[in-house]
Amino acid sequence: MSASGIRPGRRGRSVVTGLGVVAPTGIGAARHWESVLSGKSGLGRITRFDPTGYPVRVAGEVPGFHAREQVPGRLVPQTDRFTHFALAAAQDALADAAADPATLPEYEMAVVTASSSGGTEFGQHEMENLYQKGSSWVGAYQSIAWFYAATTGQVSIRHGMRGPCGVICGEQAGGLDALGQSRRLLDTGSRLVLSGGTDASLCPYGLVAQLSTGRLSTEDDPARAYLPFDAAASGFVPGEGGAMLVVESAEAAHARGVPAYGELLGYAAGFDPTADATPKLPATDTAAGPATAHDGTRLPVADGTAAQPPAPNRPTARRSVLVSVIRRALADAGLAPGEVDMVFADASGTPADDLAEARALTEVFGPGGVPVTAPKTLTGRLYAGGAALDVATALLALSAGVVPHTAGLGRPAPGCEIDLVLDRPRQTDPRTALVLARGHGGFTSALVVGAGDRDALRR
Amino acid sequence: MPEFTLDDVRRILRASGGVDEQTDLDGEHFADTAFADLGYDSLALLELVNRIEREYGIQIPDGDLAHTQTPGEALAYVRARLTEARV
Repeated sequence: MSASGIRPGRRGRSVVTGLGVVAPTGIGAARHWESVLSGKSGLGRITRFDPTGYPVRVAGEVPGFHAREQVPGRLVPQTDRFTHFALAAAQDALADAAADPATLPEYEMAVVTASSSGGTEFGQHEMENLYQKGSSWVGAYQSIAWFYAATTGQVSIRHGMRGPCGVICGEQAGGLDALGQSRRLLDTGSRLVLSGGTDASLCPYGLVAQLSTGRLSTEDDPARAYLPFDAAASGFVPGEGGAMLVVESAEAAHARGVPAYGELLGYAAGFDPTADATPKLPATDTAAGPATAHDGTRLPVADGTAAQPPAPNRPTARRSVLVSVIRRALADAGLAPGEVDMVFADASGTPADDLAEARALTEVFGPGGVPVTAPKTLTGRLYAGGAALDVATALLALSAGVVPHTAGLGRPAPGCEIDLVLDRPRQTDPRTALVLARGHGGFTSALVVGAGDRDALRR
Repeated sequence: MPEFTLDDVRRILRASGGVDEQTDLDGEHFADTAFADLGYDSLALLELVNRIEREYGIQIPDGDLAHTQTPGEALAYVRARLTEARV
């Protein structure tokens, strides 16, 4: 018995049978996938509040989401927008999987979501009530709407899923960690897990909290604001939304007679304690970052100090946490690097982080050794929803037999020796995908997925 | 001092706890249906108390209204408090 409670060699197969998407690329997996294939961006000037006066004014907002149509009426005033998104996506995912929780054993169904910000918009509203009107004006639902586990709890209650439930806060990596945890639960008595993640922190309070990382793009042109691996990279655009996935044991899916988008083949997580030392965006001339970092020289940073960028090819360089996490995920999947058909990159959009990721990929796969893509340029980084959506996109790509492209990039950043899929999707019939995610502070996770037998999207 | 009626209970419940398809606040047995059967939990009652206090300028001691079971009982309780407040 290991620390995780799972006996070695007792791992069953975990498959994904349903997808629910609420993202800047659209509501519903089909609409999202159409946007990905056509490179339709969901980025634009922030409309949820007036961003004039804030240094970041571009974001990925979910278009046309009306909580009153998507969420049970009683839950609308009781929960935050990030929970609204998850409730809508969870219902879609269950319908997509043809799974009716009322017909399944309640204690064998679990809910594990990722959350990065909790209910910030709800919380901001109640804080305004507090300091403008007084404590008696703070709503009772603040007590349950703000916290990270609110979504897991509401989804669990709504669908009567009373098995092991939890929430994982690993910023952008959380979506992968939630799926890793789902796989563990399937090995310890659960048969179906609703998993994934959402975030919705596009309110003044939420945005200001995000600004503290120094990694958000201050570019005003949505087409230029989030260009990972590009010579013009200037940070990232924040977004809202995410995805929910129905994860089942292969036996349970087979018993229900439903096909699977794909299988969770391998997972690993690590922590990079030096991530915070990564240079923040220079105040000016961000394109100079990777050029100076290319030969491993010290990068200038905004506060006048300097930091050493990762240089895994140099014998003296410290070991890359990302490289080790990728290798452990591949080992867990039983795949050699040559058996990975595409990589969904974390794609920070910060030059030094992009370079570190490109170097990690080159170290594992060789220069240009695997097609790399980042459809998240269409949505911005969705925090807890980001990796969950990336996994959904990867599964849709496996089902459709294509590698989706990274829309909107121009000139590759110097030093990034990766085969970035640009301009149009590649019809190469990929069978496996590696999804990477790095969360602020050092969270580092990798998930390997393999193609399933659900190929309705194949053309 | 404004009157407090069953319609006020309905209005405040709608605004605070929300409604959905299964909630029937307009049925003839509304006054005698348990809050739990209407779909409102203890938090919903806490929110109901907060809003009544703010709107009608009365103090409702913690737990007093939470122990009422139905809108009818809540109505009677609040009317009594309002009468006390007038004296």
